Amino acid sequence: MFSNIRVDDLITATNETLYMTGVALVGTFIFGILLGLLLYLTANGGIWENKIINSLTAAIVNIFRSIPFIMLILLLFPFTDFLIGTIRGPSAALPALIIGTAPFYARLVEIAFREVDKGVIEAAKSIGAKTRTIIFKVLIPESLPALISGITVTAIALIGYTAIAGIIGAGGLGDYAYFYGFQRRQFDIVFVCIVLILIIVFIIQFIGDFITNKIDKR
Amino acid sequence: MISIKGLKKQFITKDRKITAVNDVDLEIKEGEIFGVIGYSGAGKSTFIRLINRLEEPTNGKIRIGDKEITELDSHELRVARQNIGMIFQHFNLLWSRTVAENIAFPLEIAGVNKTERMKRVQELIDLVGLTGRENAYPSQLSGGQKQRVGIARALANKPKLLLCDEATSALDPETTNSILDLLVDINEKMGLTIILITHEMHVIRKICHRVAVMEEGNIVELGDVLDVFTNPKQPVTKRFVQQMMGDDEDESITELIEANPDGTLLKLQFIGDTANQPLISRLSKRYDIDINILQGKITNTQTGSYGTLFVQVLGEDSEVNEAIQYIRSKTTVEVEVI
Repeated sequence: MFSNIRVDDLITATNETLYMTGVALVGTFIFGILLGLLLYLTANGGIWENKIINSLTAAIVNIFRSIPFIMLILLLFPFTDFLIGTIRGPSAALPALIIGTAPFYARLVEIAFREVDKGVIEAAKSIGAKTRTIIFKVLIPESLPALISGITVTAIALIGYTAIAGIIGAGGLGDYAYFYGFQRRQFDIVFVCIVLILIIVFIIQFIGDFITNKIDKR
Repeated sequence: MISIKGLKKQFITKDRKITAVNDVDLEIKEGEIFGVIGYSGAGKSTFIRLINRLEEPTNGKIRIGDKEITELDSHELRVARQNIGMIFQHFNLLWSRTVAENIAFPLEIAGVNKTERMKRVQELIDLVGLTGRENAYPSQLSGGQKQRVGIARALANKPKLLLCDEATSALDPETTNSILDLLVDINEKMGLTIILITHEMHVIRKICHRVAVMEEGNIVELGDVLDVFTNPKQPVTKRFVQQMMGDDEDESITELIEANPDGTLLKLQFIGDTANQPLISRLSKRYDIDINILQGKITNTQTGSYGTLFVQVLGEDSEVNEAIQYIRSKTTVEVEVI
């Protein structure tokens, strides 16, 4: 048992998974917030109410959310090659990871913003707040627990995506489990990789819950 | 101080036009507490939002002090709003901020520096009676305390005008009274003009100088609170007065007569200052009669008291008649022999 495992390979694979998840999460957070904000503000009755921009953004979000991730990677090969200069390795997985998860997070962000009490926004307007003030001092702080728990859910989905990306050569635990474990019939490697991914998921969930509880003053 | 001319708001939905506020003309004096009363759907909530343009008027003009509110562009409007406080039925505090941070919010928007801000916040916390609760979060406060934070926040930039949108409707009667006392207090101390909307007659009675009764977007009755109460003309106004004074008067009169066949029954109506006169004791000292109070209710308003009292007078006919004559000639109490 566990005779096929080489610890240094395992560490490299884990680091690659963490790298992909971490960087993609930052990208997803930024693009997700921006897209979610755009969806929220341009919606019916919103501050920048605009039907065209709203339906356009919603369409883009829905399309990228609907494409199965493995096909999204294939679709984005030319784009990735142009942007990163290669289609192999953890960095090459980043564009697909971000484009695959940001729309999902954008919807969670939109929902979080919609949950903010309209009365509070009205109160901010009544004391002369600019739109920028409303976004940064009302909308985001008031929805922060939902934004954090949303990014936690997204991070866990993201780990799953890194494993899929691994199968077509992105590196990480998925890559290691598939090429070294599955294809060489060394199933102890598959098993260890799964355990490591579970540990990462539990840690992320724990951190997310902890922060959410800490900042929720409701 | 505030002049409203031809104010109108229409909402256009798919299949119909709804006129929420219809051609309202109004003058509100500086330092006045002006009440607008109406049932839900009367348009009062839209009306108060038109004053600081949280709702854009379809038509009409609003002038506050020397500012034509309806002509300001969005930047000027934001600056003008810093001088118009507003409080809400559901308080609308930011739950992510403490009491002190909530009150500091309008000061941050107005660009007040941090030391000034903290000083002003402390003044306001003391003013509304929340000393010691600075670092509590709204979720840790009672409804009344939340509204006090709302009031402090509304007063942060020293506005000349305070708009109250059903400010006490979510509070229990006792808390309502304490919030109303606070409003009267700041009205007197700071000369603040207050416009409030409510569906509770009690609120109007307790603190307002003048009242407008709203129905279907129109102001149907307007005047000093005491005049409107003692002499309601519109059916809707009569309903509000009944809501407060009890509406069983007519039925109870016959019961009173049946239960008290002896002596003379009088209905005394007090309006304004006369309610404060010691009429009953004066009568019984002056004339050889006994007075038995059967039923009645006297209510205080900001501008005076009013109410009705049913009494039974026992004694010699001549004494009783002289007493009635005295009330008619020497006091402003209206008397009616039943």
